Amino acid sequence: MAALDDILNSGSPVQQAPWPRILVDETRWQEAAQQLAGGRLVLLGLWGERAAVHMALLDEERGQVAIVSIGAASGRFPSVAAVHPPALRLERAIQDLFGLEPEGLPDRRSWLDHGVWGVAAPLGRSGSSAPTGRYAFLPSEGESLHQIPVGPVHAGIIEPGHFRFTANGETVVRLEERLGYVHKGIESLMQGAELAHGAKLAGRVSGDSSVAYALGFARAAEAALGIEPPARAVWLRALMAELERLANHFGDIGAICNDAAFALMHAHCGVLRERVLRAADIAFGHRLMRDVILPGGLARDLGTEGISAIVALIAEARRRFPALVELYDGTASLQDRTVGTGILRPELAVQFGAGGYVGRASGRRFDARLKPGYPPYDRLRFAVPVRAEGDVNARVWIRIDEVEQSLYLVEQIVAGLPAGAVLSTARPAHASGEGASLSEGFRGDILVWLRLGEDGRIARCHLRDPSWFQWPLLEAAIEGNIVADFPLCNKSFNCSYSGHDL
Amino acid sequence: MRKLLLESLVRSPLTEPAPPAADAALGELGAALERAARRRLGRSLAIREVDAGSCNGCELEINALNNAFYDLERFGLRFVASPRHADILLVTGPVTKNMREALERTYRATPDPKWVVAVGDCAVDGGLFAGSYAVTGGVEAVVPVDLHVRGCPPSPTQILQGLLALLEPVKKLTRS
Repeated sequence: MAALDDILNSGSPVQQAPWPRILVDETRWQEAAQQLAGGRLVLLGLWGERAAVHMALLDEERGQVAIVSIGAASGRFPSVAAVHPPALRLERAIQDLFGLEPEGLPDRRSWLDHGVWGVAAPLGRSGSSAPTGRYAFLPSEGESLHQIPVGPVHAGIIEPGHFRFTANGETVVRLEERLGYVHKGIESLMQGAELAHGAKLAGRVSGDSSVAYALGFARAAEAALGIEPPARAVWLRALMAELERLANHFGDIGAICNDAAFALMHAHCGVLRERVLRAADIAFGHRLMRDVILPGGLARDLGTEGISAIVALIAEARRRFPALVELYDGTASLQDRTVGTGILRPELAVQFGAGGYVGRASGRRFDARLKPGYPPYDRLRFAVPVRAEGDVNARVWIRIDEVEQSLYLVEQIVAGLPAGAVLSTARPAHASGEGASLSEGFRGDILVWLRLGEDGRIARCHLRDPSWFQWPLLEAAIEGNIVADFPLCNKSFNCSYSGHDL
Repeated sequence: MRKLLLESLVRSPLTEPAPPAADAALGELGAALERAARRRLGRSLAIREVDAGSCNGCELEINALNNAFYDLERFGLRFVASPRHADILLVTGPVTKNMREALERTYRATPDPKWVVAVGDCAVDGGLFAGSYAVTGGVEAVVPVDLHVRGCPPSPTQILQGLLALLEPVKKLTRS
């Protein structure tokens, strides 16, 4: 497939590691958008700068990534969403944050900006105007329809967001999400920050993915600086990432069953999750393993006590988990709720480039650990589970299968852990530059793009959560289901509000 | 399922027991909290959690209070779905400007007497997010706060300790 090569040969290259970034004109930009619309490329990210817009493209078959950029000094750029809907919310966000106008954007409503920041286009040029008036939800027309507004404050201990259901009796006719409530302005705080501070901020984009974000940020920074972390640090990073995946998957499997009113699974899975966090605390000094991964390596090493805690954890999980899987599989009343509920069609998963269990439960076999791939996963053996049904049950099973794989990965990492330092002392090859990375969190692939200024500080950093391409699919998956099954569907997606709102 | 349930019957509980010794933090905390809470509001305290812009790290640890190890409900503390049923608002996050109104309305919907506990470093003063155009800079900037529980995120034990500290003065007051 030459879709990416065509684009790469058509513009002027800019220095960028590990993937090429090229400046293109409007025609080439629109050609790239057409390639996305035609399904020949996958949209990995779309983000702005004061006078430019960037788009990360993936050739899924070859695992190749490229970034194309277009100048937007005029304040406008051609909309990608006009032909490729997955870009829609990303462009609405660019409009809010940078005041740049996507020409041809089918939906001009503000997205992250709720009109209360006291500043318009906080990352862009002054002179833009903040949104005013009420947010207009999309209309639904028909007999006997009623609306149910939910949120932003929800009934459980979860993040805030607004869901507007239009229902016909019990059946959901349309769900429209309104997000942005937890927008903290992380990308503005990144600008001008020292690398070490940026790493801390990155680790707090989405708390459940603290490790994955810190990993993504560190890898992008290392690509920009031209430094390599020591082998031991690389392996320990993977160890932390797999522990994070285990903790979240255990928590999710239990919580999904709990939303089907099956508390026994929730109780047992909650115990396993707690055991992972306690082992992580002993091994890395923090239950969520925060602030351990730094550009250049790790802030601390793993001691013998930590290794024994992890070995004991794996043994306990292997002892307890099979009975829980059997319980899930053998409880007809639970299956009755999960099988056939909230089906996400495979075409949509492909079109949106949905990552993680959302994509894999609907037939999309993509895992950033394999392709484009990063060490140490090239030295480890693991399978990427895929299912085709796309329902809540399939998303549970992907998690179950991934738990097995992560347990296996942790064992391999502990057995093969190289000796040596965990923080590189080598001088960076260059003080400034650009870098990017794609790292697999428990939820899916996280894209980080970073530019360092001449002073070594962060000039611009963009962090794209997998939820950007999963939230819109939840709207599609719930259609035709009953309102009462929404919590179940929502939990099976478990999108991040904080990671999305940034 | 029968096997699992049977096993749970014969296995000793995972819930960390309330030991008699004073230095066993978790159990001791729980027992003291129970006494104080009962004095103030009878048998139980209802908690409504509000995420006002957290990264969701605090939510993970607050959720953990419900697992078998901490088993919050044995102390008479429980999470409720509506602020109208709550005695305590447990607020996390730096309070984003986009969440400000929702937090204010939740506070107003909570009947008196009520307490507000700000959980996490960013709930104290905005933490790492302080100075952003999008945050107000801590819970105190929006609603009155009775207690701050620091940590990023605080562990479940620390959150429990915080709830106890909130009730300590009440306990002393009713004693004297």
